[in-house]
Amino acid sequence: MSLYLELKKDKPAMLGIVIIIFFGSIAVFAPYIVPHDPLELNLEERLLSPTVDHPMGTDNLGRDVLSRVIYGTRVSLSMSVAVVTVVMVLGITIGTAAGYFGGLVDDVIMRVVDVLLAFPSIILALVIAGLLGPSLTNVMIALGAIWWVSYSRIVRGSVLSIKEKEFVEAARAMGCSDVYIVRRHILPNVLSPVIVLATLDMGHIILSIAALSFLGLGAQPPVPEWGTMLNEGRPFMETAPHLMIFPGLMIMITVLAFNFLGDGLRDALDPRMKEGAIK
Amino acid sequence: MTLLSIQNLKAHFHTEDGAVRAVNGVDMDIEEGEKLGLIGETGCGKTVLGLAILRLLSENTTVEGRILYKGQDILTMSDHEIRKIRGKEIAMIFQNPLSSMNPVLTVGTQVAEPVELHQHLKKKDAMQRVIEMLKSVKIPLPQERVKEYPHEFSGGMRQRAMIAMGLICMPSLIIADEPTTGLDVTIQAQIIELMKEVLRDSGTSMLLITHDLTVAAELCDHIAVMYPGEIIEYASVRDLFKDPKHPYTRGFLDSLPDRGLKPIAGISPSLIDLPAGCKFHPRCSLATERCRKERPELIKVGIKHYVRCFLYD
Repeated sequence: MSLYLELKKDKPAMLGIVIIIFFGSIAVFAPYIVPHDPLELNLEERLLSPTVDHPMGTDNLGRDVLSRVIYGTRVSLSMSVAVVTVVMVLGITIGTAAGYFGGLVDDVIMRVVDVLLAFPSIILALVIAGLLGPSLTNVMIALGAIWWVSYSRIVRGSVLSIKEKEFVEAARAMGCSDVYIVRRHILPNVLSPVIVLATLDMGHIILSIAALSFLGLGAQPPVPEWGTMLNEGRPFMETAPHLMIFPGLMIMITVLAFNFLGDGLRDALDPRMKEGAIK
Repeated sequence: MTLLSIQNLKAHFHTEDGAVRAVNGVDMDIEEGEKLGLIGETGCGKTVLGLAILRLLSENTTVEGRILYKGQDILTMSDHEIRKIRGKEIAMIFQNPLSSMNPVLTVGTQVAEPVELHQHLKKKDAMQRVIEMLKSVKIPLPQERVKEYPHEFSGGMRQRAMIAMGLICMPSLIIADEPTTGLDVTIQAQIIELMKEVLRDSGTSMLLITHDLTVAAELCDHIAVMYPGEIIEYASVRDLFKDPKHPYTRGFLDSLPDRGLKPIAGISPSLIDLPAGCKFHPRCSLATERCRKERPELIKVGIKHYVRCFLYD
């Protein structure tokens, strides 16, 4: 409750929430609100500029861009939610194991993390997606395989500091097992930085999916995905710029919305970041 | 009947600077219903002794000797068996009630934890038990306060909640590590009164670890004085105050505010580099050549009165 009150004061964060809810409902109700079938070809109406019937114009095969953009919301949001969920679960599990048990487990995991962090993540994702072959599922696997590292690092750090706290010792003194201590006492204490990171990462992952799709590794035509649409519109950039402007705008607005919300959450959950606190 | 019998207990930590010898051959019995005070200066190993009883010391510690609880050796129990002792048979009350509570869980949830773990009560029944327990430690409006978080409690209330958490499974023994340190004097008095009352009602034994002799005198039947890693004097509260035998105990008593606030000369030795012979000899005005060489044994000087000093040999 206090978190909501805190967020309410943060205008960009509230704007972010509104946009995310709006896009979320568009994604859910896409089949009911699209004016045209996003896959329907109409070669007589190719590359039309925005009109009343086609508010965002049509593409080189005469498909309605608005309908495709709406369906693209579905693809982008559901995929990034899936990827973030997977990396959160992976990162939290691995990070907690490393932090709580320490020793050899910790050393091995953290060296793997160091190696993965040494590569630019998008290149690594490119390689994995390239090896597995181009498809949306493979892009998700590729992103999941590289993105958990930052979570496991953050979680490990928090677990390391929390497991030394007296209340963990008190829990052990009352007969709690390791699993119980981790689940009941440690995880709730590491969750807030993870939630902030996950919100910020939603934006990054949407961008990465779009980027990989743009490069031809993700969604394959005719699937309406924003990155793929950008790629398809590229040859017509000069004559029909709306083919790139609208999907591009969608990507930008969605990523911004998640970033606003993530920043807001961080400020609300971390009292040290609050304005005026350091004076 | 003897509830807990500690026999020749040693606990050493291994650090880069060498072995820290925190507990060096402690023998101690706690009878059923007895309240034993373990007093000593900071860093004399009394907390380590308390933690050793529940096997809560970190893994770089070697613990030797025997800790018999109702005849069973705690040190040889399996992890599963020791977890059934912790909280249920022997509970611990920690020094700092704020850091000993999880900031993200409500007080009710935390006080309920031992009963959920050991008695497998349902949430609702457990909460009912918590409210009863909080009532018995005199927390006002317990049904409201169970929903609050630790930071919403005052220091005294938090310590009451900790006592409730310790007693909720009706353990046979409570280990209270400095339960009143960090509370202001009026609250301290309230907590002492409360502990006296709940311990009398439940018949629970207690090992009270403290550096505050007056607190121990209020709450305990017997007192064991610890000086780096050893018990140097053991006596009933009355005997200890009326007729202290060990030079250290005398010095300790003289350093109390109402007895003249005279400090003991010198500082207590480092646990890494303990002196040979009697550990107290470098600070003792009565030390002889023998004190420097031989380690004195506990010598009986009265009914249930033992002292580790050659003066009484």
